Amino acid sequence: MADEKKDVSRRDFLKTAGVATGALVGGGVIGGLIGYNAKDGGTATDEEERSGGRADQTAGSPGGRMFFTNDHDFNVLSEATERIFPEDDLGPGAIGLGVPYFIDHQLAGAYGNNEREYMQGPFNGGEVTQGYQSRLRRKEIFLQGIKKMEQEAQSRFEKSFTELEGDQMDEIITAFQKDEVEMEGVTAGFFFRLLRSAVLEGAYSDPMYGGNVGMEGWKMKNFPGHQASYIDKIDSKEFQEIDPQSLGGNH
Amino acid sequence: MATTLDKVDVVTVGAGWTGGIIAAEAAKAGLKVVSIERGRERGTEDFLRVHDEYRYAIRYELMQDLSKETITFRNRPDQRALPMRTMGSFLLGEGLGGAGTHWNGQTWRFLPYDFEIKTMTEQKYGANKLGPDYQLQDWGITYDELEPYFDKFEYTAGISGEDKNPFAGKRSNPYPTPPMKKTPVLEKFEKATSDLGYSPFMLPSANLSEAYTNPDGQTINACMYCGFCERFGCEYGAKTSPEITVIPAARETGNYEIRFHSNVVEVLHEGGKATGVRYINWMSGEEFIQPAESVVLTSYVMNNAKLLMVSNIGEMYNPETGRGTLGKNYCYQVLPGATGFFDEQFNTFMGAGSLGMTIDDFNGDNFDHGDLDFIHGGSLSLTQTGSRPIASNPVPPDTPAWGSEFKKASIENYTRTLNVGAQGASIPHRQNYLALDPTYKDAYGVPLLQLTYNFTDQDRALHKYISEKATEIIEAMGAKQAVGRAPITDYDIVPYQTTHNTGGTIMGADPATSVVNNYLQHWDVENLFVVGAGNFAHNGGYNPTGTVGALAYRCAEGIIKYSKEGGSLV
Ligand SMILES: Cc1cc2nc3c(=O)[nH]c(=O)nc-3n(C[C@H](O)[C@H](O)[C@H](O)COP(=O)(O)OP(=O)(O)OC[C@H]3O[C@@H](n4cnc5c(N)ncnc54)[C@H](O)[C@@H]3O)c2cc1C
Ligand code: SF4
Repeated sequence: MADEKKDVSRRDFLKTAGVATGALVGGGVIGGLIGYNAKDGGTATDEEERSGGRADQTAGSPGGRMFFTNDHDFNVLSEATERIFPEDDLGPGAIGLGVPYFIDHQLAGAYGNNEREYMQGPFNGGEVTQGYQSRLRRKEIFLQGIKKMEQEAQSRFEKSFTELEGDQMDEIITAFQKDEVEMEGVTAGFFFRLLRSAVLEGAYSDPMYGGNVGMEGWKMKNFPGHQASYIDKIDSKEFQEIDPQSLGGNH
Repeated sequence: MATTLDKVDVVTVGAGWTGGIIAAEAAKAGLKVVSIERGRERGTEDFLRVHDEYRYAIRYELMQDLSKETITFRNRPDQRALPMRTMGSFLLGEGLGGAGTHWNGQTWRFLPYDFEIKTMTEQKYGANKLGPDYQLQDWGITYDELEPYFDKFEYTAGISGEDKNPFAGKRSNPYPTPPMKKTPVLEKFEKATSDLGYSPFMLPSANLSEAYTNPDGQTINACMYCGFCERFGCEYGAKTSPEITVIPAARETGNYEIRFHSNVVEVLHEGGKATGVRYINWMSGEEFIQPAESVVLTSYVMNNAKLLMVSNIGEMYNPETGRGTLGKNYCYQVLPGATGFFDEQFNTFMGAGSLGMTIDDFNGDNFDHGDLDFIHGGSLSLTQTGSRPIASNPVPPDTPAWGSEFKKASIENYTRTLNVGAQGASIPHRQNYLALDPTYKDAYGVPLLQLTYNFTDQDRALHKYISEKATEIIEAMGAKQAVGRAPITDYDIVPYQTTHNTGGTIMGADPATSVVNNYLQHWDVENLFVVGAGNFAHNGGYNPTGTVGALAYRCAEGIIKYSKEGGSLV
């Protein structure tokens, strides 16, 4: 499948298809597209085709969704994450890194449910310096925020968020960042900050969580991931480029 | 109904550094000791797969479960305090080892000036240097009196360091192990600060430069500079922590037991004496009373104060009148510093929690404050603690917070940034204090602790001055762009700053102005001891645990003496 799409850039593909990858094809093709995007020449290396290996592109990659029930919501999320962390000449963006899946999985678990956080009332809006005071849990904030993004797209451009040009998406994301959109039980700025953090977390956490696919996030940053020891390198005057390792590799 | 258990000699609330030290010393002296710890048993064997930034550093795997208990916070007494729903500004510990499991290990002795700060400041600058709102207080103990206990803690922990700080108090012994490796970025700092006329030295470290066996017979291994240290447990047993030193030392005596999953809700007392503690095992839901000859609060700053408050022990501090001592002089720290952006790439992803070099030229009263509108200062360090990719996305000022420009700049600068940072001392202010919250409760129905705290003019002046010094240093290190920290405004509980909370149960020479004496024995309840950074009468310009450890050793000596003789120890 990857071969069929080789000469189509990911974004062109999304545009022509009219929907983001998640809706149409699920994880399989995403994996293929990533293989393409991650390499200049568009040829997947042997290593990438091998499955289950540590450096494998599909190591830890997610096969489905645990939280989002609605394809369109997931696609809006995907496009927003890609604007926050776009693909460029350095490497893949949020979609290529599997960030939307990472967020999906997180929202289904302890993070989305604020499990280890104090969620007893009464709930009162506080000063910014008092932090998270919403009665909503993160999963509810994300779902509401994404629906609001879609609503903003409709009211500003009479189009779905996923059909917008990049700068139109940016306009909406900026409106959230600047707190210019009304949300219930939480501010738009708060949702934006959660989203931005979640994107970076997905881009750079161990691939076993479903993001940072193929450790491409780490590779861009020259971060070697899980290394047992640097005792023999810590003195080195030269910058050390080290092949990254995931905790989710073969053990 | 609570089940009353057999009486023991000593009960501690919590099994972190302070609980562990008290337990080891008391158990070695033949006393029967029980620690009630609300977290779980854990140790080195749990950390073999710990190199996971997301789980441990971002989602706080090893830290306090706030769904059960947190604190409430406001900046000023006229605001409504609201719960700290997510962790941020500081990271509270939980489980065997407490925060000592996931600390960095930067292990300092406070300066001689710190212990006599009021006397020395007034001698030199007069009584009105800061004005009446600042509640400076001597600690009721001098550096020289505490020196043997510093020595004891450093030898238990095997601290790796070098005696080259010209401003440090006198030492009776050299550091037990040699300093950590001086990496190229540390050499850069050393050269720049030497050229500027300062006196750099290797930061005293509880990540050990070589394997070491301490006087209790416990072995700590050599650090591998793995870069997953602060907020992580050490898979090598190379970061000195309670669970690899004082806890096994206590257990080996046969006189020590730890009850896990057990949350203390009250200190029981009668006729001016503590009789024990009441706790709830949250796994079984059962309630117990543990009677004891001596009760020792070792549950960190927050809960040491809270447990005294909910148990009605001592007089609550009143910010209006200045009367009362319980909750008084809560302090924190300010973090002046500067970021340097460089062309060259550094191996900053490697490192260890206390790998660094420091200058003390701007700490304490090591420089003249005659023309300055603040006192004290902070240790200025360059540390190489392992910078990780989720948390570290440095960008020059005016870079957007997201999008392609952000992505490029944060990736480019991830390996091209160095920071010089200070731990700025914090001076107590009348309006910064701990109390009980009237509204919010923990999972056991007990009120939450309420924190009222804001930065002060003293903090702002100190922060500005030291940030300028940090900027000069990072420039001298060859940064192509040097960016000093932005001036501080209101204290914000959201971004991580430091887990160096102090005060609330302060020590001193006078029961009218302190909660405990210089053995950390409660002034009103002689068989009750309160141990931790809560004893600090102000917060100094270093990390706290070296000084906390010394105080805990002194307290342990007091508890053993009390068990034989009773009565006030001072
Ligand atoms: C990320 C991080 C880095 C740090 N780095 C440094 C450093 O480099 N240098 C330094 O000097 N300091 C550092 N510190 C601070 C250091 O960890 C603490 O000063 C030290 O661990 C405090 O020890 P303690 O015994 O007072 O409290 P803790 O270690 O917090 O132990 C208290 C224990 O009591 C238990 N407890 C609390 N309430 C109850 C209750 N009601 N019932 C039963 N049990 C209870 C808790 O579960 C906990 O285990 C760092 C802290 C953090 C979080
Ligand atoms: S840096 Fe050293 S002390 Fe810290 S966790 Fe790694 S090996 Fe242990």
